[in-house]
Amino acid sequence: MPDLRPWLAFIRPGDWLILCLGAAFAASGFAGWMGGGVGERVLVRQGGQIVADLALHEARELTVTGPLGSTRIEIADGRVRVAADPGPRQYCVRQGWLARPGEIAICAPNQVSVQVQGRTRLYDTLGY
Amino acid sequence: MTPSVIELPVSAADRRVAWLAALAVGLSLIDAAVPSPLPGVKPGLANIVTLLVLYRYGWATAAWVSGLRVLAAGLLLGYFLAPGFFLSLSGAVCSLLVLGTARHLPARWFGPVGLSVLAAMAHLGGQLLLVRAWLIPHDGVFLLLPLLATAALFFGTINGLIVARLLAGPDLQESFHG
Repeated sequence: MPDLRPWLAFIRPGDWLILCLGAAFAASGFAGWMGGGVGERVLVRQGGQIVADLALHEARELTVTGPLGSTRIEIADGRVRVAADPGPRQYCVRQGWLARPGEIAICAPNQVSVQVQGRTRLYDTLGY
Repeated sequence: MTPSVIELPVSAADRRVAWLAALAVGLSLIDAAVPSPLPGVKPGLANIVTLLVLYRYGWATAAWVSGLRVLAAGLLLGYFLAPGFFLSLSGAVCSLLVLGTARHLPARWFGPVGLSVLAAMAHLGGQLLLVRAWLIPHDGVFLLLPLLATAALFFGTINGLIVARLLAGPDLQESFHG
């Protein structure tokens, strides 16, 4: 084992700060991997059944029919939203664009949900 | 009829830039020869020269040496004006910009190691942003960030230590002036 002490003398206090910040940055990135990372797929459910499993990076529109009428879902620029829904309170429409894994918009009256998924799933299922 | 001769005056500073750029190109070639586990993970040995020049001759000379290095290494390795060239260029520009700011940090607290790591991170950042904007327009590329940042941290530290050693050593004082 060579003596590393003369080399350590070259590292000044601020350098240690930079090294620590860099290490923290890299570590937080690795932690992000564990947390699901980037959204990749869109799961659309109607009445609890998966009716569509789409890629988040392919722009398209989809209409799902529920008890109240049709819910329009739009995928564009790597994100997804409920563009129109017949529900009275419009919660899922007002939620806007979703892109991160685990994010979900639920149009309960029409029994439609739109969920973003990453490579790893954060949980098996969600009951509502 | 006397043939007209065009004289381009070459100053000592020009020769120095050329020598240092040649040295940096040599290190770039070694860099390219080292097998890499992942595209983008490279020792970046030429940054040793950039940083040394920054300390010795200032930012403008460092920018010249770095720019010539990117150009000449691109020509020699055959990727001039190919995507790799622009990645190399954006990395070099970003790290020069960061070094231009970071060199004003108090020298008592921040030495070559810190500057080297900052430059390596900036290099990586510039390349990755260009990849995201141009080559792979998907946020998935940022998943590589922790891996690349770890490599930048590691090689940045080693390069910085080499620069610190070279700046401290008496054997280097005169060798670049010749």
